[in-house]
Amino acid sequence: MSVYIDKNTKVIVQGITGSTALFHTKQMIEYGTQIVGGVTPGKGGTEVEGIPVFNTVSEAVEKTGANASVIYVPAPFAADAILEATDAELDLAICITEHIPVLDMVKVKRYMEGKKTRLVGPNCPGVITPDECKIGIMPGYIHKKGHVGVVSRSGTLTYEAVHQLSEAGIGQSTAVGIGGDPVNGTDFIDVLKAFNEDPDTEAVIMIGEIGGTAEEEAAEWVKANMSKPVVGFIGGRTAPPGKRMGHAGAIISGGKGTADEKIRVMNECGIQVAETPSVMGETLIQVLKDQDLLDKCKTH
Amino acid sequence: MNIHEYQGKEIMRDFGVSVPNGHVAYTVDEAVEAAKKLGSDVTVVKAQIHAGGRGKAGGVKIAKNLDEVRTYADEILGKTLVTHQTGPEGKEVKRLLIEEGCDIKSEYYVGLVLDRATSRVTMMASEEGGTEIEEVAEKTPEKIFKEVIDPVTGLTPFQARRLAFNINIPKESLGKAVKFMLGLYEVFVQKDCSVAEINPLVTTGDGGVLALDSKLNFDDNALFRQKDIAELRDLEEEDPKEVEASKYDLSYIALDGNIGCMVNGAGLAMATMDTIKHYNGDPANFLDVGGGATTEKVTEAFKIILSDDNVKGIFVNIFGGIMKCDVIAEGVVEATKQIGLTLPLVVRLEGTNVDDGKKILDDSGLNITSADSMAEGAQKIVELVK
Repeated sequence: MSVYIDKNTKVIVQGITGSTALFHTKQMIEYGTQIVGGVTPGKGGTEVEGIPVFNTVSEAVEKTGANASVIYVPAPFAADAILEATDAELDLAICITEHIPVLDMVKVKRYMEGKKTRLVGPNCPGVITPDECKIGIMPGYIHKKGHVGVVSRSGTLTYEAVHQLSEAGIGQSTAVGIGGDPVNGTDFIDVLKAFNEDPDTEAVIMIGEIGGTAEEEAAEWVKANMSKPVVGFIGGRTAPPGKRMGHAGAIISGGKGTADEKIRVMNECGIQVAETPSVMGETLIQVLKDQDLLDKCKTH
Repeated sequence: MNIHEYQGKEIMRDFGVSVPNGHVAYTVDEAVEAAKKLGSDVTVVKAQIHAGGRGKAGGVKIAKNLDEVRTYADEILGKTLVTHQTGPEGKEVKRLLIEEGCDIKSEYYVGLVLDRATSRVTMMASEEGGTEIEEVAEKTPEKIFKEVIDPVTGLTPFQARRLAFNINIPKESLGKAVKFMLGLYEVFVQKDCSVAEINPLVTTGDGGVLALDSKLNFDDNALFRQKDIAELRDLEEEDPKEVEASKYDLSYIALDGNIGCMVNGAGLAMATMDTIKHYNGDPANFLDVGGGATTEKVTEAFKIILSDDNVKGIFVNIFGGIMKCDVIAEGVVEATKQIGLTLPLVVRLEGTNVDDGKKILDDSGLNITSADSMAEGAQKIVELVK
């Protein structure tokens, strides 16, 4: 088992003919992901990397039976690409694109209310279920199949955590990057809920950063509902207030959204928070030991 | 992106949102000329800098005649204002807003922000005008009223009315206040604002409703479709290194330490600063080279880091995903050659094309200290700059 994606997931690539999309399409195919089609308006009927290209998402879905989409469409057109994926009733749309205007996302989020499609991202590295399916831009080779779930607002910190786990012989069930934007499709609580219900996940690493209150809300949810251990890390302890730290959502404003406040609430809710990003893996391993879960989580 | 008060007011005027008459002035003569044109009994001389708290710092004066306008304009232009938002170094005033005075009856607060918890734009209003909203939120949160806005309908008249009633706008000004709020929402969504704050909004003796101040910030990601707004950017208000970085789509923020950082990904860049600090070092900057960096961009990133005289060493920390390690390595080599780097350089590479990247660095013959983890790299650079 896993969360959101597995070996049966059939994926189309929106914006497949762009250079970044093409590079990562090759990488995804190499990893074993079932890429069944691509969409670039005006290039329908052609092929790239042996993959058929369609003019519209609905046509791609109809012809290929895809149930998920990954979006590499440039920011000015990305919101529309998400709407198109939603309209085609895909189960999952993963938006990698960075720099989408936030008011576009406010409309997208409103449109998606009550619809079937789950959006992951935007401005995220994607989702990977090791050895089964990789959708996004993460380097596949650092992952190992296993039983720890990873959820994060930051792409590179997800890689960092996964790398530490794999080096220590701890595999991952699924790693989900929820993205660094202030308005996103899937939030911490959605993913924590999914990990809690996934029989193959034994523990979770949750990686947050300054800005907003999503980590605090997630911590309260963990305290009230989660039956599995969660450890965390928060980036940006040294970030100055009022400055946007790369991610559109990473900003301390009006004294709100500081790392210290998030860490305080997480600790209060029973989440162990790693002191530095280099010990995210160690922190989890210690918790697994304490709860007698280490043997279960070791990749043999 | 931020703009000046007078620019914000011009945009609001275009949308039918009422603001006092006024003109921008770059010199004392222009200030007097502007006051003559206004012909009002009382004229306000306001310093234009990208920071709040100007009044307390002596940047806002009320002139009763043209001589006073001249005196105040002369006093404020060229003056360095230090407010709670400028930092201790302050900001030099280069522009003035010359505005007609008005007969203030009461002061209010009206603001629009994105509420992250609901993913909606929210209008906030309070009777406590003139005070910072964070302060009101802390001391008397019951005095702040909010309306969450559905993007399908936009701010509706009933919501604006409810806010106006809640903050006790007098009956004779109610219609104008509602019109003001609806107009401000239009400015926000049509110009892709990230913040629109009117503090204070005032009612006047004759029942008018006016924005006495305006703070409009814009979503950088939407500037591609807001060309007129992008043109209002005042580079003199920004850190020159940050301006240079933005030309190459690099996300750079200057800090006051001595270890230059070049990292890919915002999260990792923040975590790198945190880790340096953890080992008792001081980061000189936040720098995210992003996902699509080219060799040229990496070279520019290096030059920007080195243009900071405080920098005594550089830590490059890369975990390649969308960013390929060989591209970073080529950039590092190219930049070091171009600049003739003499400072200690620690490089940690991991991720996509890591072996190619490491090989490029090894073959370069440059004096680069390599590290296998972020912690090791941070410790090494902290040691090297001592």
